[in-house]
Amino acid sequence: MPIVIEKLTYKYQSGSVNEFTALKDIDLTIQDGEFLGVIGHTGSGKSTLIQQLNGLMQPTSGKVTVDGFDMNDKKQRMKGRALVGMVFQYPDHQLFDETVYKDISFGPRNMKLPEDEIDRRVREAMRLVGLDEDEFAEKSPFELSGGEKRRTALAGIIAMYPKYLVLDEPMAGLDPAGRRAVSDMINGFRKKLGCSVVMVSHSMDDIARCADKVIVLRGGEIFKYGAPSEVFCHAEELNEMGLEPPFAARLAAELRKKGFALPQSIYTNEALAEALKPYGKGWRNV
Amino acid sequence: MFKDITLGQYFPTDSFAHRLDPRTKLLILIMYIAAVFLVKELWVFAVLIAFMFFMTAMSNVPVSYVMRSLKPLRILLPIMFLLNLFMISTGDVLVSWKFIKITTGGLKQAVFIVLRLFALVCGASLLTLTTTPISLTEGLEKILSPLKVIKFPAHELAMMMTIALRFIPTLMEEAEKIMKAQLARGADLESGNLVKRAKAMLPILIPLFVNSFRRAEELALAMESRCYHGGEGRTRLRVLRFGWRDLIAVLVFASLIVLVILLQKYLPLDDKLFALISGAKA
Ligand SMILES: Nc1ncnc2c1ncn2[C@@H]1O[C@H](COP(=O)(O)OP(=O)(O)O)[C@@H](O)[C@H]1O
Ligand SMILES: [Mg+2]
Repeated sequence: MPIVIEKLTYKYQSGSVNEFTALKDIDLTIQDGEFLGVIGHTGSGKSTLIQQLNGLMQPTSGKVTVDGFDMNDKKQRMKGRALVGMVFQYPDHQLFDETVYKDISFGPRNMKLPEDEIDRRVREAMRLVGLDEDEFAEKSPFELSGGEKRRTALAGIIAMYPKYLVLDEPMAGLDPAGRRAVSDMINGFRKKLGCSVVMVSHSMDDIARCADKVIVLRGGEIFKYGAPSEVFCHAEELNEMGLEPPFAARLAAELRKKGFALPQSIYTNEALAEALKPYGKGWRNV
Repeated sequence: MFKDITLGQYFPTDSFAHRLDPRTKLLILIMYIAAVFLVKELWVFAVLIAFMFFMTAMSNVPVSYVMRSLKPLRILLPIMFLLNLFMISTGDVLVSWKFIKITTGGLKQAVFIVLRLFALVCGASLLTLTTTPISLTEGLEKILSPLKVIKFPAHELAMMMTIALRFIPTLMEEAEKIMKAQLARGADLESGNLVKRAKAMLPILIPLFVNSFRRAEELALAMESRCYHGGEGRTRLRVLRFGWRDLIAVLVFASLIVLVILLQKYLPLDDKLFALISGAKA
């Protein structure tokens, strides 16, 4: 069963003079197993939107249902929340326990799982995020590097086996290799757990690499929604909004101007390379 | 949860009171408090309260804002009133029913305490409503600086207060984020007994503390790398200066004190009022 968002409106400080409408009339469905990329300017409402998915914030009006659980209802919200794993931008906001192992087990322990199952899941999560057990299990999470902290935070959520994994800018502040690693990790658990992923990112390249669907927010409203090829072909409009389309899409647009007959749907490096093949060695003559 | 807490309730507008030097405002607050404590006659509070309305008018702050500062006292005030009313038994008996006895002395004391607290809180909140926290600490530093001769760290104290005030909203925001992150991991903050709930706060408090220490360290480093070395020889962006307003304000408050003293000396109306009350009863 999917996550269904209907006519969702959210206002900060609702009813006061400082009232601010952060989300307006959002309709969205997140299917089982789907990878949804969320893009938008800073302040466009991305974080506000994804926090509605596990009921940390409730809609001012409208409805969010997670696998049929109404997130407006207090009892049902807890059941819905258990299905949605949320990784926030800053690992410093969640790491607290003495050791990495204990910190990762916090979530599964709250789920009241049996001890051996917790142990199994923690080890598995550490392996999935690439933290070596012997080296890190007994380390304090406060001694870790930024990247390792992020992995630990991620593992803490993975170990809860969420059906929907929601990530708020998981790659912010990482170098290209780090971004690639996080991206691969996310794909790794997606295969392993078969979960849906909702990922907020500034970088369309990161999203282009793995998203099934893309949503672009502008000023709290849906600006574009659809398959990556449908969204990224509006390169001009995205550019005007100050968002940079994926590298391959930009390059393809430039090449098209130079007379290359490339389809509009290209947004990954692989697809671009494929489309350029016919030009072969003779590309200089075009 | 944390959104409801507003600290530094500064009301941004322009008025006579807003333009006063913060040192003056601290001084006249002390004078005002002195006046409040000088009051021994109940009816003189009427004068004081009238004066307070005058001050509110001079500060362009809506009366409702001043009253809002009394909200935290909404439980304390009635309790104080009732305690004094029932516990003190001096003077004539007004009501006597089973073990309950209300006397003129008790009634007077009860009304007295409530009015005094009311006057104090309203006066103090007028200060914070008309003065930004930053200029308040600046004024405090200046007032305390003569104590530097006895090695009192006036500048450091003021700097600490400024930094603390600056970081309160940041801390609130961070506490909220941490809380969300732990709730998302299934933390249960609401059920169980007191001990269990206190324990459940640990996953929130630990990151909050760790991050605060880290931030403090970073801030210290940032300040030092910009050559901050305490207050010595430091000049100010805005230099505090006394003006004609400050003189007027101090004079007005001095007259208030004199007025209170004189009224109590030559117009002791309370006894007559109470005689009237007990007379009406008898
Ligand atoms: N606690 C809050 N109170 C008031 N406004 C807020 C609050 N949090 C966010 N906002 C506003 O809501 C808008 C959307 O914020 P957010 O969802 O965090 O954006 P994004 O994650 O896309 O950068 C922003 O304009 C922001 O200023
Ligand atoms: Mg955000």
